Amino acid sequence: MDIEELKAKIMEWANKSTKPKFYFKDMGKAAPEVGLREIKKAVTALVQEQKLELWSSGSTSMYGVKGKGLTEEQQMGKHEE
Amino acid sequence: MAKFETPLLDDLEKGPWPSFVTDIKRQAKTKPELEDLLGQLELSYKDKETHWKHGGIVGVFGYGGGVIGRYSDMPEKFPGVAHFHTVRVNQPSGLYYSSAYLRQIMEMWERRGSGLTNMHGSTGDMVLLGTQTDQLEEIFWELTHDMNTDLGGSGGNLRTPSCCLGMSRCEYACIDAQNICHDMTQTYQDELHRPAFPYKFKIKVSGCPNDCVAAIARSDFAIIGTWRDDIRIDQAAVQGYVKGELTPNAGAHSGRDWGKFDIVKEVINLCPTKCMSWDGNALKIDNKECTRCMHCINVMPRALRPGVEKGCSILCGAKAPILEGQRLATLIVPFMKMEPPYDECKELLNKVLDWWMEHGKNRERIGELIGRVGMREFLKAAELKAIPQMVKEPRSNPYIFWEEADVPGGWERDLAAFRKKHPL
Ligand code: SF4
Ligand code: SF4
Repeated sequence: MDIEELKAKIMEWANKSTKPKFYFKDMGKAAPEVGLREIKKAVTALVQEQKLELWSSGSTSMYGVKGKGLTEEQQMGKHEE
Repeated sequence: MAKFETPLLDDLEKGPWPSFVTDIKRQAKTKPELEDLLGQLELSYKDKETHWKHGGIVGVFGYGGGVIGRYSDMPEKFPGVAHFHTVRVNQPSGLYYSSAYLRQIMEMWERRGSGLTNMHGSTGDMVLLGTQTDQLEEIFWELTHDMNTDLGGSGGNLRTPSCCLGMSRCEYACIDAQNICHDMTQTYQDELHRPAFPYKFKIKVSGCPNDCVAAIARSDFAIIGTWRDDIRIDQAAVQGYVKGELTPNAGAHSGRDWGKFDIVKEVINLCPTKCMSWDGNALKIDNKECTRCMHCINVMPRALRPGVEKGCSILCGAKAPILEGQRLATLIVPFMKMEPPYDECKELLNKVLDWWMEHGKNRERIGELIGRVGMREFLKAAELKAIPQMVKEPRSNPYIFWEEADVPGGWERDLAAFRKKHPL
């Protein structure tokens, strides 16, 4: 599958997700027919394009649609009106 | 005058040990925001809960690890630590630094962060504790461009591989632990910086079975130097130890009167496989029974040395207690030659990683996955043969499902005849 097509599928899946943050592996459900290594390439590109963002506890990593759920500003205690 | 009263923290300054509280107080004289760190920590001890929020969205552009977001849940009360992120810096193999490099990194960290460090974190990285979001890209730039240093791993990533000081200083080293560690770090850059694993994955390399980096207990993929021929014995030096001319354990336990060195009590009887003998004149080792535990070599290093045919053992699946309890690693390859570019080892590692990525549940370490689906499935994926060392103890896992291909000669199975004899 072409990377642009894969990126679109991942974003469609991510936007539909009811969870604000999801594990890398769950994004595989966006296109079960391709391997996780391919998903990784597309996800890396989406992070570079700032469409997805990463959350980490230090031991775990999760991805989310940028701006969905807790934002970078809110975690600093500056709550937007 | 301290900004907050900290009676609980002050208690931690008593006693004979160096105290991190004293260190933070000293640093607070030049970094006033650390008063807030002390205040928040005191409150955490009082409330018996952390006042850091759980994780956060933070990082440097292009990387998914290396920076751990730390945000106070009381930013109004403790504005100095409203954000106080941790930066993991990839340590050099064997932890060798020049003093010029250390000065450079500390100058940068005083300027752009709190000046507090943890040398080194349990994964191995140099850990820089406490900076603000707007400093992160600047720190990353200085590390990579001015100091030729990279960030380490964090999150669901490959963690910064680590090793002992190996051949650089230790005569026991059977493999070049430092070069292997450096090579693995370079080869798996993408896995180190862009999270796509179910959870953390650690590679640790020890030069010999003494395993000074505790790879067997702490890493998902442990590479431990060993040998496969015979322990080299210098009988004259053995006599030297027996006669008291040489100091056992290279003097490591000196300072107390342990009495005269007793080779039978201190070496022969402590060999875990009882494969050594001493007739008063010569030391003999039944090498095929030796498990390479290193005990005899550690006690008499001038007399005994590892063999000359060196390589490594590979073990898989150890982890520390967090989530699901701790595990020791399982031996999966008793001996592998380790020459650069370590292709055989990397081919194995790639198979292991692919299998774990596909079958591991979120937050499941590879050792837990092996425990859940069974060693047999792991061996199929890694294309390895089962060996006795994989049996935990005799009779603990007797139910082996053999496939026809596993059994020499295979078998004929007439299901119809079987059913006739055993009707349902
Ligand atoms: S693990 Fe072995 S080779 Fe490495 S430092 Fe320790 S004793 Fe030496
Ligand atoms: S290395 Fe350990 S197992 Fe081998 S001979 Fe020495 S004491 Fe025995």
